[in-house]
Amino acid sequence: MKKLPYINGLTLVLLLSGMSIPAFAGSEDVVVENAWSRASIGVNRPGAAYLTVRNTGNEAVTLTGLTTPLAVMPQIHETKTNADGVSSMAPVGEMTIDAGESVALEPGGLHAMLMKLQNPMIEGETFPLTLTFSDGGEVTVEVPILGIAARGPEG
Amino acid sequence: MQRRHVVQYGAAGAGALALMLGVGWWRVDGPGAPKPAGQRPLPLSAMDFRLTDHEGNEVGPETLIGRPTMVFFGFTYCPDVCPTTLSDISGWLEDLGDEAARMNVVFITVDPERDTVEAMAEYVGYFHPAIRGWTGPANQVARAAEGFRASYERVPTEGGDYTMNHTASVFLFDAKGELVTMIDYHEPREFAVPKIRRALTEVVEGAT
Repeated sequence: MKKLPYINGLTLVLLLSGMSIPAFAGSEDVVVENAWSRASIGVNRPGAAYLTVRNTGNEAVTLTGLTTPLAVMPQIHETKTNADGVSSMAPVGEMTIDAGESVALEPGGLHAMLMKLQNPMIEGETFPLTLTFSDGGEVTVEVPILGIAARGPEG
Repeated sequence: MQRRHVVQYGAAGAGALALMLGVGWWRVDGPGAPKPAGQRPLPLSAMDFRLTDHEGNEVGPETLIGRPTMVFFGFTYCPDVCPTTLSDISGWLEDLGDEAARMNVVFITVDPERDTVEAMAEYVGYFHPAIRGWTGPANQVARAAEGFRASYERVPTEGGDYTMNHTASVFLFDAKGELVTMIDYHEPREFAVPKIRRALTEVVEGAT
């Protein structure tokens, strides 16, 4: 009986300090910036979103996936153009971002491909996009929807 | 003896030169010329295909001759490359200002199954008004791509849909329909716009 409060206290200390930090090592230092996307025509065509993931921490972080209520299958894809000028797209899988580094998803390279849209992407609206990391952490960003012909986060 | 040698050497030399020229011709222009992987598009006058533009007009390569032309292949279900290229093209055309009105700008679909005339009309409507969208029967799209030496391929995606791999370069022709140059995918504006100006200037030279 006498020992119990002590154990509880210790557990609480572990939960607040020791436990919570290893659970999200790295991803709480992730900053997502310059997020934008293009409006869609209806829901049949896949959408695309762009953003920069910056790791401000001291440890590498690994981006494992995306989720959004807007699309059933959001995935990071990379556009590659071969020597003959033929472009193709492929899912990237996990992406590790070293300490102090950033990865830009921007036209011409990486993009968040939003497959199976649940709703049309309407210019002027925003949608939440959640990035999940290997340490279990998540970062959610509100992505502004710009016009179909937008070229960057400024339109 | 001496003289005969000179004559013999001379004949041998001429023979060797002729042989070298012959070999050179055979390898560069003759049947031995390498078939390059990324071949140059044909002149527009040598192409033959029939498509429909986004306003329902019958069009073909001859529609383009007489004005400088910019052509790009893509499809409207393309989330990244095509809107990026069409918005790049729109930006280049804005930079060119009034000069843009002197050009044909054509976006040819490689996915005629989904890109109907109506789909093309809606899609190009979001970009620069000079951009025309062309579609048509699959065999005519194939003939067009063949003329431009463009390639495309249907690729299934997770979830039962499909996407298209395709040549993402922008082709530039002068007013006579001869290829001027190509602009690579997402090439910076400072390189792309001067290339377009070259296609526009070659008209002026041709006209004089």
